[in-house]
Parts: sequence; structure tokens; C-alpha cells
Amino acid sequence: MLRLVVRRLLQLIPTLFGLTVLLFIWIHRLPGGPAWALLGERGNEAARRQIEEQLGLNEPLLVQYGRWLRRLLELDLGNSVKTGQPVWDEFTLRFPATFELGVTALLFAVIIGIPLGYFAARRRGSWLDVTAVSGSLLGICVPVFFLAMILRSIFAVNLGWLPSGGRLTTGIDATDVTGFAVLDGVLTGEFDASWDAIQHLILPGLALASIPLAVVVRITRASVLEVLSEDYVRTAESKGLRKSVVRGRHVLRNALLPVVTTVGLLTGSLLSGAVLTESAFSFGGIGSFIRQAISDRDYPVLMGFILFIALLYMLINLVVDLTYGLIDPRVRVN
Amino acid sequence: MRIARPRAARTLVAALAIGLVASGCASERDDDNSGGDSEVFVFGAAGDPAAIDPSLGSDGETFRVTRQAFETLIDHEPGGTELVGGLAHDWSSNEEGTEWTFELEEGVTFHDGEALTGEVVCQNYDRWFNWAGTYQNTTLSYYWQAVFGGFAENESEDVPEPNYVGCEAPDELTATITVAEPSANYPGGFSLQAFSLHSPKAIEAYAEDDPSGEGENITFPGYSQEAGTVAGTGPFQVTDWNKGNGEVTLERFDDYWGETDAGVEELVFRTIPEESARRQALQAGDIHGYDLVAPADVSTLEEEGFQVPIRGVFNILYMGIIQERQPELEDVQVRQALAHALDRQNIVDTQLPEGGVAATQFIPDTVAGYSEDVRTYEHDPELAQELLAEAGAEDLTLEFCYPTEVTRPYMPAPADIYELLRADLEAVGITVEPKPLTWNPDYQETTRSGGCDVYLLGWTGDFNDAYNFLGTWFDGYTKEWGFQNDEIFDLLSEVRTEPDVATREAMYQEANEAIMEFLPGVPISSSPPSIAFSPDVNLPTVSPLTQENFAEVSFK
Amino acid sequence: MSTKTDKIDRLAALTAQRETTTGGSLWVEAFRRLRSSKMALIGVAIMALFVVIALIGPWIAPHNPTSQLWRDEVFTNRGEFVGPRGENWLGLDHLGRDQLSRMLVGARQTLMVGVISTVLGFVVGALIGGVSGAALAFGGRAGQRLDTVLMRFIDMMLAMPSLLLAVSIAAVMGQSLTTVMIAVGVVQVPIFARLLRGSMLSQANADYVLAARALGVRRRRVVMGHVLPNSLGPVIVQSTLALATAIIEAAALSYLGLGNPDAAQPEWGVMLAQAERFFDEAPFMAICPALGIIITALGFTLLGESMREALDPKLRS
Repeated sequence: MLRLVVRRLLQLIPTLFGLTVLLFIWIHRLPGGPAWALLGERGNEAARRQIEEQLGLNEPLLVQYGRWLRRLLELDLGNSVKTGQPVWDEFTLRFPATFELGVTALLFAVIIGIPLGYFAARRRGSWLDVTAVSGSLLGICVPVFFLAMILRSIFAVNLGWLPSGGRLTTGIDATDVTGFAVLDGVLTGEFDASWDAIQHLILPGLALASIPLAVVVRITRASVLEVLSEDYVRTAESKGLRKSVVRGRHVLRNALLPVVTTVGLLTGSLLSGAVLTESAFSFGGIGSFIRQAISDRDYPVLMGFILFIALLYMLINLVVDLTYGLIDPRVRVN
Repeated sequence: MRIARPRAARTLVAALAIGLVASGCASERDDDNSGGDSEVFVFGAAGDPAAIDPSLGSDGETFRVTRQAFETLIDHEPGGTELVGGLAHDWSSNEEGTEWTFELEEGVTFHDGEALTGEVVCQNYDRWFNWAGTYQNTTLSYYWQAVFGGFAENESEDVPEPNYVGCEAPDELTATITVAEPSANYPGGFSLQAFSLHSPKAIEAYAEDDPSGEGENITFPGYSQEAGTVAGTGPFQVTDWNKGNGEVTLERFDDYWGETDAGVEELVFRTIPEESARRQALQAGDIHGYDLVAPADVSTLEEEGFQVPIRGVFNILYMGIIQERQPELEDVQVRQALAHALDRQNIVDTQLPEGGVAATQFIPDTVAGYSEDVRTYEHDPELAQELLAEAGAEDLTLEFCYPTEVTRPYMPAPADIYELLRADLEAVGITVEPKPLTWNPDYQETTRSGGCDVYLLGWTGDFNDAYNFLGTWFDGYTKEWGFQNDEIFDLLSEVRTEPDVATREAMYQEANEAIMEFLPGVPISSSPPSIAFSPDVNLPTVSPLTQENFAEVSFK
Repeated sequence: MSTKTDKIDRLAALTAQRETTTGGSLWVEAFRRLRSSKMALIGVAIMALFVVIALIGPWIAPHNPTSQLWRDEVFTNRGEFVGPRGENWLGLDHLGRDQLSRMLVGARQTLMVGVISTVLGFVVGALIGGVSGAALAFGGRAGQRLDTVLMRFIDMMLAMPSLLLAVSIAAVMGQSLTTVMIAVGVVQVPIFARLLRGSMLSQANADYVLAARALGVRRRRVVMGHVLPNSLGPVIVQSTLALATAIIEAAALSYLGLGNPDAAQPEWGVMLAQAERFFDEAPFMAICPALGIIITALGFTLLGESMREALDPKLRS
């Protein structure tokens, strides 16, 4: 097992290396440079030359890449061109927001999706089934930015139940410990800060949940259906076991395995959604920051952030694969 | 087989219901709180500031924040563009316009308790002049280079020669700044937020905190990214910058030298990049005001009781023409045809916020040097067609660049303005090829390097001197205009070093007339960016330069 | 010798054919189940309606969708818009153009973006996935290496959030309708590639393939004649779903200011992104394209999902 883990981890290295090369070439092919992005209307040719010289952008791409790589080995990702701060600091500053948002979205998806999928499967073909499945599919069909605006319009502006954006209410007394707003409140005993952070998470969380929700419903439904047709369920039922026992012990538990693993694989699409959701709710996470970095031609930020995201994605994949192996001995053989 | 109602689902529904009700109650409670102490004024900004040291800034979002904490030698009158005393109550220059003497206000204290003296003024200017390393990069010292040229020791050939010579403090409350050559940038330049004065203690602290010049990084120095070190003289002091939440917090400075203290105890600038999100935040009561209101929202907000004061105009939107791209465009008749084809009044009537005006020349009428006698080009499609026919350019095809995903103070919705102009041009038989580009940086780069036939761009003035507008474009050949016209170029080079303000004004009028005769582009409009506030605040005086002083804000 | 191999080939083909007949019956049965599925019916109905509108839209549009015929009646700066009325059933847009005509003509653009980008994703993805799958299954050691390289590449693409990939493509290529199609299509490539490869690998271990291989049927023939056709099911299902995704992603790109810029060709995503600004003043302007996108995407998704279910033999009751 350990050897497998090590081997898989080692396999990540060439992939990541290849990714940095491709990424480096790709983002330096973006037309224009950071100079215009930095100065806007006030930019001029001399300023552009000056900035490019300072950033070393006038050197051959290979030299630039070599320097970037050498510094990466020293664990230095360079500084953001836009904010002038180390990329790593920018990442740690923004990652907690995206993480909280992603977890909230997954929670919503699981809390709503699993019961929905389960009952859809139990009453397969009924109108409940059709409604549940099409309803959850409707979620992915609504453009996230539009959904965000509708949610804000209803719950923040008209009903006034929830804040319209941001991570914390201005002026609330929250001590920053870890950067995770909800966790910080709990750690410092400022529960109202935690509660405030949770309120700020609900609307963006719902908007973002629209994507994984459909997947969770579908996988749950399919997997419950499959389990229901298994012999051991039939045996259990024909044995006269109580229905709740059959459902709880046999059906749900076995059906949930694929759901759990699929949820892990949703991180990629969640990050895509986060770009839009964070922008729409002024939720300062990595998604909206990368989007900005693309238009600012903030090369170090793009390299650093995308590398992190890729690494994260691959590690999650690895963990999912391995848990699969742990749970299902048939897979391990291969 | 009957399916029993699941207990889990019922619990879930109950939990959700409780959550919703609780959140409803909680937010009501919050509202009560903020209504109770009502001393925090939150303003929605469109972007984060780059730094909290204005010397390093070059954009409106930075200056909006720093302006509340830092002050300059000369200021603009509230709500206008005339220069008035700031930290210096009087200023004068010698006849050549090379020695500028400032008489300082008495009893000005910095946020850290230091006093303002002539010596301090010199420390500030010498600090900028002696900047080295990364500071010499345009990103950090744009305005210094634009107004005072280079540094004591220039480290790159792209840095201009310094025009600053030195500074002396003959007595406690006087400072004299010497420059090598007179310039249209003075005295207006002394009013720029970038040249706000810092406390001497703070300047010492800055010196120890150099931006790392190492390698290819441009790093803003640490002190400019965190509250605590910077100290100015303004009615507020910066107390916190929470980058994760995008919030800069300023607190009232109780020893403010001015007559009245700030009307609110705490002022917070919160970054909300999306336009519609800013509006909804105001409507939901999360913020008390925001800038760059979309024109369409103005009437909606007013109907709902929000206050939308109208600013004066201090910007210009124009359609640039790059003549060297097509021989037809070098023909003045063709350019005149373009001007006659455009229905600029329609854009003002349907697109721009109240207070917007169609432009007759490349400066708004609030700038000294505006001429009443320029040649004007009325909307006249038939005349346009005739002119095109005479010039033999009936089948003119234009590549029209316009920016997407951006809102500028002079251009609330570029794509819509483009659409209207396109329809106008097509109405006179011109074929228009659209070339939309993202504002950052493609649009900037393409238009500056001469990549389109015609394009939309504009300018917001820094201070009231026409050179700040005209000089930017027409004091020499640039690719973004692509023409040679020595008459115009010479006129502007001459005015650049003319020390006398009145003479300058006359020369600007002459230049405006020559420019509109030659018609290098079509000025379209000037429009005031709208700013909105919640019903329960007393408004600050709105400024055409978007230099609102938030110390004037208070809750009703 | 050649006659002998030919005979073997024919034999293998026959063996496989029997499999294919069962496979065929699988398709037939899937179709039967599809017909009785409510979801599929709704999906097909929506899709048919959409395609019809997209085809005839430009002819039945009552007005020119690009000319600002009622320019004098709309004042965006005063929040004065024109809602639905006799002359303009869906009202006017922010530049005084007929919204109904724009919706009708926009349907074709929207369909085109969806179809072309999906075809692009399908072709490139299937090519990579097909080569990779075939190489791994039948290519020996060299094939294994090829598969590793290709799949590493696909993994890299998957590791990058799709929207960011699309945004960066749009940034590199400049804004145009083609860019939108390519950006949205490229995002689909890794999904199609993975899917086809996986599907081929499972087919490669099926009994009939083993039988054909044992009988000495040439590899290329096995791959092209048997494995590939039998592996296409899930990929086809995916392309129905991808159509929906493509339409939504195109709208997202428009929202980010990177959409199809040519206003001469109205497109729902662009219309929605433009109308969002005026939602408070003129909700109908945003709701029309929004509903168009949502309903169309839902139609494709419903159909795709029910096809997926119908094809999944594990779920057959």
C-alpha cells in the first residue's frame, strides 16, 4: 500500500513538470503584457519598456522559465505583478475563502442531493422521480452568474434575510487566526463572527451548489437503484428484516460509496464555478483573483495559483483512487 | 410496498426551516445594531487600492482611500476645479516659473503627532527625488516621473531627465521648491494626491522598508500594504487594511488641524468589483454609498429614495482615428465626414447620466483654455455622404476597436456606445468591422500601437490645466494618432514650458481651434460619473475630479 | 496464407457479429426504454422546438434584429425601457432593437455555438481518447507509453479549471465567435478523451474481442470494426450533455466580457450578459434570453441523462 502511494506520488512529478512548461509557454502567449494592465490609460511605451525590463520579460522565454524553475526549487514563487506581494501570501490569503465556499456548496449538494436521489430511486419512474431529477438538472442549466443575481435580488435586496456579498459584515469584531472565517470565530469564542461568516456563505454556497447537486442526485439515484437490485437486498427483504434496517444498513451504506468518491472528483468543476460565484458575490477567493490575474497578465500569480490548483486536484484524485482501493478489494489487484 | 415517511428527511426540513428563520431574525438584529451606533460609514469601491502610500499610487481607487488620510500643498475647491490652499494657504512662483514658494498653515499635526514645517515638505520632496531601485519603476512612481521627471540618479535610460532641482525651507512655515524648467504641470501638479505630505517619522520608517529590488519582482514595500506606518495630516487615519475581505478601515483623527472634524468615527472602503453587486449592496443596506453608478440605475435608485448627486464634468470621451492606417483617413474631408456622421447628442440623451454634454473639442468646458470658437461638426448624414463622395471614399471600411467588460468614468457602457456609433457610420455608407478587445491590456496595447482605424478612448483630468489633456495626445507624433502636424505639435511644445498661466490659456484656445480644424479624432462627450448614497447620510460635496472628502459625510 | 487469414477474419467477424446483434438489441431496447421515459420525451420535445426555431428563426423574425429601429424610445440613462407591446411582443432591448427578432435569430447562433464546439470537443477528444485506448489495449509496450503520454496531457487539461482554460484561450485568440466555439470546445476535449478511452478499455476485455484476438484477427480491424463502434455509446450520450454545457459556458464567457462580440449576430449568452445590467429596470430583457438558455440546456440535459440511463445495462429492471 505504502509503495503504491509513493509510486503514485512520484508519477505526479513529471505531470506537474510538464504542466509548468505548457503553462509557462501558454500564459506568456497571452497578448499584451502587464505594463498596460498596470497603468491603464496612463501607460506609454517608455513605461512598458521599463516595466518589462524590471520583470525580465525582455529575455528569451527559456531563460525566464529557467529562472522561474530555479526559484520554484527554492520554494519561491515570485511576486504578484499587480499587488507586489509574494504569490504564496496572496494564495494563503485567498484560499480559505474559496475552501469555505467549496465546502459549503458540497454540503448543500449532499444535504439536498442524497435524500432527493434516494427517494427518486425508491419511486423510480414516478412523478417524484421525474421532478427530483429534472429539478436537480435544472440547477446546472441556469448560468451561475444569473442564478447569483436572482438569489441576491430575492434574499438580500427584497427580503433582507442575508447579506448581498462579501465574507463578513463590515465592522464586526472578528479576530483573524487561521483565515478561515467560520473556524476563527469558533477558536476565539467570537461565535457571532462565525455566525456572520456562515450567513455570508449561504447565498454563494447555494449558487455554487447548483453544479454538484445534479451530480450528487444522479449518482445517488443510480447507485441506490443498483444496490436495490442486488441479491443481498432481496435476501434481506425476503428474510423479513425490518424495512428501516434494510434501507439503513444495506441500501444506503452501500449506495453511498460511489457518491462519496464522486464528490471528491467535483473539485475541478467547483473551482470553475467559484470563478463566477466569487465574482458575483464579491467573495475574495482564488477564483476571482485568478480571473483578474489573467486580464492583468500577472504571470507569477497565474503560474503559482494554477500549479496549486492542479496539485490539489491531482492529490484529491489520488486519495479518491486509494480509498476506492481500500474499500473495494477488486480494484486493488489492478 | 409502502414507503414510510423517513425521519431523516423530516429532520432535515425542520433544520432548514430553523436555519432560514434564524438567519432572518439575525439579520434583522444586525440592522438594528448598525442603526444604533451608526458611526461606521461603508463605501463600496470598485477595486482594491494598490497601496496606502499615495506616492506609489496612480489610480482612482488608491487615491480615493488615501485622500481621506493625506493632504497636499495645494487643493481643489470643494465641488470645483479651481486651485485653493491646502496645507499651504498661499503659493507663488518667480517670473520664470522655476521657483515655487509655499506658505504653510500653522498648527498642522500629523497622525503620529509630528508637526508640519517647511523642512518636512523638503524631506518629502527629497524622498521622492532620491528614490532608487524599484521605486524608479513607473509602477511605483508614475506621477513623480510625469510631473517632476526623473530622479537624483536615474538607473534606466527609460526614466526621463529630472526637472526637480531642490527644496529649501527658509523658515518654519515656508518651503521653496526649485525646478529646472517651467512647465504647464505647475502649480497644478502640486495638488496631485501622489504628492501628499507624510510625517517625517513615517518617512524614516519607510527608508528602512525598501521595496525589494531583487530579481524581476516589483514589490510594493511592506509599509504601504499594512496600516500602522503611514501617517498623513488628513481628517482620518488608516487603521486597518484587511486584504482578505477587501476592506480598508480609517478612523477619525481627533487632532485634525482643519476647522471641522470628520462627521463619522469610522470610514470603511469595501471592494465590490461587480457593478450590479455594488448596487444591490446599497439597496440591501450593506453599504452606504458607491461610485460609478450605471446610468440606468440612477433613476431606479432615486425612486427608491437613494441620493444621487450630480458631479461636474472633467473628462472627455473621443473616437480616435489612426490616420496612417489608411490613405483615406489622411484626407481631412473623410475625417469631417466621420464627425458629421456621428449623432453625439443621441448618445448624451440616451446613454450618459444627467449632466453629460456633447463635446466640441478635446477638453471639457470646465478646463481653462476651452474655446468657444472651434469649428463644430453637426450631425448631418447627408453632408457626411457628400464629403465622402467628394473625397472618393464612398466604400470606406473601418476597423472599429472598442473595449469590453469595462466601465470608465467617461464611458459608462462602451459596447453600447460603439453600437450606436456603428449604426451612425453605417447609415452614411461606411462599412464597420467590429474589433472588441478586453480593456486590460489588449485594448490599451492595440490602440496605443496603432492597431485600429478608429477606437473609443478617453481621459479624466488630474488637475485644471489643458496641457494635462491636450499634451497627453498632441505634443508630438504618436502611433495612437498616426499623423504629423507640426503646427499643432509646436504649439503644444511651446505651451508646455510657458510659465504664465494667462498666456497658456490663450495658447490652449488657439491649439483647440487648430486641432478641431485638423480633426485628428472626434471628441464625443463629457459625462460625470454618478455616485450614490443611502437616504440617511448627509452628502459630501461631490467633485468633478471625483475627489470627495468623506470627512463631510455624517449620518442624519 | 492470405486466404487463411481472410477466413479467420470472417470467422471473427461472425463471432463479433453475434455479439453486435446482442449489442444491437441493447440499442433497440435502450431506444424502447427511452421512448417510455417522460424525461426523454420532454427533452426531445424541447430540443425539437429549439432546432426548429433555430432553423426558421431568421425567416419568421418580424424585424431586423440589428437595426435600432426604436432608438428614440429607449433611454437607458433614465431607466426608460419599452416592455412587451403589440408591435414588439417581447419588448425592445437597451438599444431599441426588437427583442423577439433577436431571440429568434439568436437561437441559430446559440445552436451553432453549441453544436460546433461540441463537435470540436468530440472529434479532438475522441481522437486522443481513441488512439490512447487502442494503444494501451493492443499496442504493446510502445502503446502503453503512448497512452501514458497522452493521458498525462489530458490529466493536465483536466487539472485546470475549465472556465479558466476557456478564459485564457479567449484571451490568447482575441474575441470572436470562432474563439468562443474553440474555447468551449477545448474544455470538452479531456472529458471525451477519458470517456472513450475508458469505454474502449472495458470493451477490449470483452469476450468477443478476446475471441477475435485469439483467432488472430488483425488488431486494426478489431479496433476499428468492433471495439470502437461498441465504445461510442457513452461518448454520444456525453455529447448531448456537452451541448447543454457548451451553451451555458458560452454564456459565462459573455458574462466575463469574452463572448461573441459581433452584435450583428445576436446570441443568447451575450444578450443575457448585456441585459443583466438592466435587471432592476427591465427584467424582461434578461428573462427572455435566460429562459431560452435554461430551457434549451435543460432539454439537452434531460435527453442526455435519460439516454445515459437507458444505455446503462446495470440499471435495467
